[in-house]
Amino acid sequence: MMPDLGKYAEAVLSSYAISIALLAVLVIASVVRARRVKRDLESTEKRGRNHAD
Amino acid sequence: MIALLTRDLRLAVRAGGGFGLGLAFFLIVVTLVPFSVGPENALLSEIAPGILWLGALLACLLSLDRIFALDWEDGSLDLLATSPVPMEALVSIKALAHWLTTGLPLIVATPVFALLLSLPQAGYVPLVLSLFLGTPALSVIGTFGAALTVGIKRGGLLLSLLVLPLYVPTLIFGAEMARRGALGLDMKTAMMMQAGISFGVIALLPFASAAVLRVNLR
Amino acid sequence: MASIWQYANPRKFIQTTDRVLPWIAGAALVALIVGLVWGFFFTPEDYRQGSTVKIIYLHVPSALMAINGWIMMLAASLIWIVRRHHVSALAARAAAPVGATMTVIALVTGAIWGQPMWGTWWAWDPRLTSFLILFLFYLGYMALWAAIENDDTAADLTSVLCLVGSVFAVLSRYAVNFWNQGLHQGASLSLDKEENVADVFYFPLLLCIAGFVLLFIALVFLRTQTEIRARRMRALLVRERLG
Repeated sequence: MMPDLGKYAEAVLSSYAISIALLAVLVIASVVRARRVKRDLESTEKRGRNHAD
Repeated sequence: MIALLTRDLRLAVRAGGGFGLGLAFFLIVVTLVPFSVGPENALLSEIAPGILWLGALLACLLSLDRIFALDWEDGSLDLLATSPVPMEALVSIKALAHWLTTGLPLIVATPVFALLLSLPQAGYVPLVLSLFLGTPALSVIGTFGAALTVGIKRGGLLLSLLVLPLYVPTLIFGAEMARRGALGLDMKTAMMMQAGISFGVIALLPFASAAVLRVNLR
Repeated sequence: MASIWQYANPRKFIQTTDRVLPWIAGAALVALIVGLVWGFFFTPEDYRQGSTVKIIYLHVPSALMAINGWIMMLAASLIWIVRRHHVSALAARAAAPVGATMTVIALVTGAIWGQPMWGTWWAWDPRLTSFLILFLFYLGYMALWAAIENDDTAADLTSVLCLVGSVFAVLSRYAVNFWNQGLHQGASLSLDKEENVADVFYFPLLLCIAGFVLLFIALVFLRTQTEIRARRMRALLVRERLG
């Protein structure tokens, strides 16, 4: 399954690991913040409407 | 406009700090370099042009936040903005005042500091020439950075972060010119590039600085 | 004015992007997985570079997106300055961290690749140096956004910074080229990427580039939505406090 990376295995694997980790952090951070802001906005809007009533 | 210039100059001299502080900082940088890299004259003379350029640049950076900060705090910047002087001229004058109080003293003092770093004999003229061409650009770019951060409290660090990348081309060509001059190499290309950058920056950047200042005074 | 606001209506932007976002994100995921798996498992080694050639599938796309990200921010800033679309300014803000991450990936993979190839993690090669400077520009841009409270002021100032920064980034690129040639004549460390790439490497690389582009678009859409909502919430909170 694993291709034979020879003497450069460390370099190749670490660059894949670091890149994918960085991308994952970026995506997760974006999604988490998107969800939180969306939820907060919805609750604020609801509160505003109740307030007006 | 001339009145504004003389006012700025007088303030810089009288307020203390601003005027001499840059020079003192420059001296400290030059003094610290041998402590960090060793006292060998051969090594020092090799890196002297670069160190002197870096020191001048940092000393320049140190005084940037004074360009608008005082006028911003006491509200005279708003008055200046409503005066008939166009904003572009205002920021140019501010940059000129900054150069006269920071850049020019640095240039005058540099030969003395170069002595401390045993700059080769042939290097003095190119070094002073390169600083003479380059420091106006530093002042103008710095004025842009100061205009960007004028409304921000404790914006000093941000100002450095914004301005330092913009200083890269000036530093490269200036230091390269001084280095080549010290080694007796042909420095015409670096000199032309440096002059080109300085003139371009002086001609165009005040418009950006003025636009930014207008936004901040809104 | 009305037509402009319809055209860049934040609500419409959210509606439209909400509809296309799953597709773009899905396509990005598929392209990235297929491209990277293909590249990692099913491409031969380069006769000169050995298995390190596999790093190309991360290095080249991220470097491309690092530059294109800045160009996108420049375009968005220009649109904000000329036509005052809030969505445009917020899209520029949303793109900055994505572009900065791409720059970091390009730098890190470059360093890891450089270690076995050139025998050093870092060389002041023009291309590397330019990327480091680009990263500094990203940092400054994001810091300026974060430092200013008023949204419109921040949008104006960062757009001007982006414009000026672009000019200086190009200047730095040429300056750095000159500087390094000045240091060691002719001895260049740059990889001749175009020459190296044979067909076997080319197709998975193309897929990876497509994946990175799609990922960038998806992230920018999502983050722009977030910025729009955050801005709206700030406005609501201010109104609440006043009313």
